[in-house]
Amino acid sequence: MLKVLYERHSQGHRTMAWPDGDPPKLPDRYRGLPVIDASKCPEGCRECAEACPTDAITVNGSMKLDLGRCLFCTDCIDACPEEAIEYTQDFRQAVRTREDLVLDGEALRLADSLDEKSRKLFGHSLQLRQVSAGGCNACEADINVLGTIVFDLGRFGIHLVASPRHADGLIITGPVTDNMKLALKKTYNAIPAPKIVIAVGACAISGGPFVDNPVQNNGVDGVVPVDLYIPGCPPHPMTILDGLLRLLGRIEDGSQPLAGK
Amino acid sequence: MTQVAEQLTTTNGCPLPLADVPVLPFDAFAEQLVEQLQGNSSGLSALFGVPRSDLSVRLYAVTNRATAGLFTVMAADVGDRYPSLTVNTPQAHWFEREIAEQWGVVPEGHPWLKPIRFHRSYADGRDAWGRSPDDEVLPGVQPAGTDYFKVRGEEVHEVAVGPVHAGVIEPGHFRFQCHGENVFSLEIELGFQHRGIERQLIGGPDKRSLHFMETLAGDTSVGHGTAYCQIREGLADVEAPLRAHAIRGIAMELERLANHTGDLGALAQDIGFLPTASFCGRLRGDWLNATALICGNRFGRSLVRPGGVRFDIDASMAHELQRRVESAFRDVSGAANLLWNTPTVMARFEDCGEVPRHVADDLGLVGMAGRACGIDRDARRDFPFGIYRFHQIPVSTWHTGDVFARAYVRWLEIQRSVRFIRDQLRSLPGTDIQRDAGPLRPDSLIVSVTEGWRGEICHVALTDSDGRFSHYKVVDPSFHNWIGLAMALRNQEISDFPVNNKSFNLSYCGHDL
Ligand code: SF4
Repeated sequence: MLKVLYERHSQGHRTMAWPDGDPPKLPDRYRGLPVIDASKCPEGCRECAEACPTDAITVNGSMKLDLGRCLFCTDCIDACPEEAIEYTQDFRQAVRTREDLVLDGEALRLADSLDEKSRKLFGHSLQLRQVSAGGCNACEADINVLGTIVFDLGRFGIHLVASPRHADGLIITGPVTDNMKLALKKTYNAIPAPKIVIAVGACAISGGPFVDNPVQNNGVDGVVPVDLYIPGCPPHPMTILDGLLRLLGRIEDGSQPLAGK
Repeated sequence: MTQVAEQLTTTNGCPLPLADVPVLPFDAFAEQLVEQLQGNSSGLSALFGVPRSDLSVRLYAVTNRATAGLFTVMAADVGDRYPSLTVNTPQAHWFEREIAEQWGVVPEGHPWLKPIRFHRSYADGRDAWGRSPDDEVLPGVQPAGTDYFKVRGEEVHEVAVGPVHAGVIEPGHFRFQCHGENVFSLEIELGFQHRGIERQLIGGPDKRSLHFMETLAGDTSVGHGTAYCQIREGLADVEAPLRAHAIRGIAMELERLANHTGDLGALAQDIGFLPTASFCGRLRGDWLNATALICGNRFGRSLVRPGGVRFDIDASMAHELQRRVESAFRDVSGAANLLWNTPTVMARFEDCGEVPRHVADDLGLVGMAGRACGIDRDARRDFPFGIYRFHQIPVSTWHTGDVFARAYVRWLEIQRSVRFIRDQLRSLPGTDIQRDAGPLRPDSLIVSVTEGWRGEICHVALTDSDGRFSHYKVVDPSFHNWIGLAMALRNQEISDFPVNNKSFNLSYCGHDL
């Protein structure tokens, strides 16, 4: 017992101050929200579009980057001769509609909160059931980590529960393999209405690295309706937490740049 | 590379002309397999089928001889059926099910012939279970002539869990045949995570290939990414610069540290010992964040690439990494030692889920789960690759084969990985970090092995006359080890399933591909 207490003391208090205080410092090489400066692009250049493993970038006429497909890898920036694409340190990326994920030079329209009625229901207590439908265990890991003392999801009244019967919604990862489609639908149906659905990661949004492979369904859309999209491969835990809190109306800083950036 | 009689041997990452692989009469192939797998120092790294133009299938076997650092490669052609190899070579059991499912070839006499992933056969019009194109192919739908393993008798009952489990975890289906609380048998049905990756690799390498490798088992991005890059480098006759090898090694050990630390926490959680659970939950993140410091991604994505690595570690980063490694290690030591010093923890861990050594040998368990049964094997030493050719990590084993052993081997490995990273950071070679990995040798076969945190990762690639992949085989350690979990549960209390499952912590997606 004394050993436990000693260890508890020496490991210290570890829960982050955010969202009341500053967010934790992310590594310098962290690849957050990408920005494109299309004015740098040479006429007819398609290097980034051709390098992108998931065809997230299109350059017909204007340049568009679909965050829902983006793996946040380095292939486009390495291919670009003009440094027209850059990753920022901004971890805020969650949105409410699929179209909002397509970046075309405008600022990202970050997720609005649920309507007032749902906010009353879920704002202070949201119980989520997680389903991995072909996820690679990285998205799952970065959801799981929200339960650790560092993020302490419980302080916002959000819990990951064991049964869909106890849940208010689903948090889904993976491209929805054919072999998980039925189980996903059944789990969705087992949740009492009203319910919400959150798609986490490129896979769940678009199929991600597996987009257009046979035997999967290019993500959750079309299988069950989605209320919140959290892009990334995997999204940083801060991105997931930020998305959840926005949905519940507990963060409302619009699309302003992060303080200090 | 030497050819002795009808055997062709090779080493890790060294390509062979495909035409040199001996194609034996089936009986000789089967005999050779039995002979090569005798004794405890060899294992079946891969056994797979490659379709031929005439609907026959060429079976390739890659066996390893750890003490010699060699792989033996041989082949045999079969039609739509052949006498099952599993009967005399138990290690082949899961591989033969995979071959049957992929190519519609029946290993006659296989003791438990069922699909492992539940997808349609890749051979037109041929299904090992005689299913027609109209029949449903889904996990849970047992093909005609097969069923779940059943025990009958008074007070025997069945418990079925999954695919969706209570925690945040990938899907799989577990069927227990119980007598009261006692488990007679556990059958594990997988395939829910099948994303069709191997099929998509054919015709590559292309711009997706590396990303498939980094996500086929996303908690092992560095392990699988490195195995793939060794294939690319071997076939392109390039050697990655030494500094790149060192950085890959650091990333691979950080991957091991993150997962082993997380697993110690999860084991503690499952038996309700909250201090270690809570400390390790955070500490796992510290290791992941150290990886993100190097490459921007907590899982090491975009770090390892053919020809080297994408990101360097400069002096100030090496210093910062040193600092973080020391601080995380101090806390992991505290958290882990609480486990061994707490009698209630030890009472749950010891004698729980024991896999006897001979069972582990027969079934060919690999990696940390095998070492916990006393199997003295580790690809970092036995088939040295990359930086491990120059800096060895002592192999950690324990002999009891139970949950305690699987936990304790993790702790031994944590200490050795930390020491290794320390040394590497102090002595990073002064080379560049990236070379061009150009076109691949045509008509070749190459075996690449790494030691991921779960165990031996084996990739085998075959190229066609244009130097494209005509076949690509991935064997995640989980492929060997899922049966180990089933064995561990025999005659255990069903309530000990979670802690046993955690003690193996196998990959669903790495198996399902
Ligand atoms: S989005 Fe990326 S990290 Fe998430 S499950 Fe898919 S492959 Fe894995």
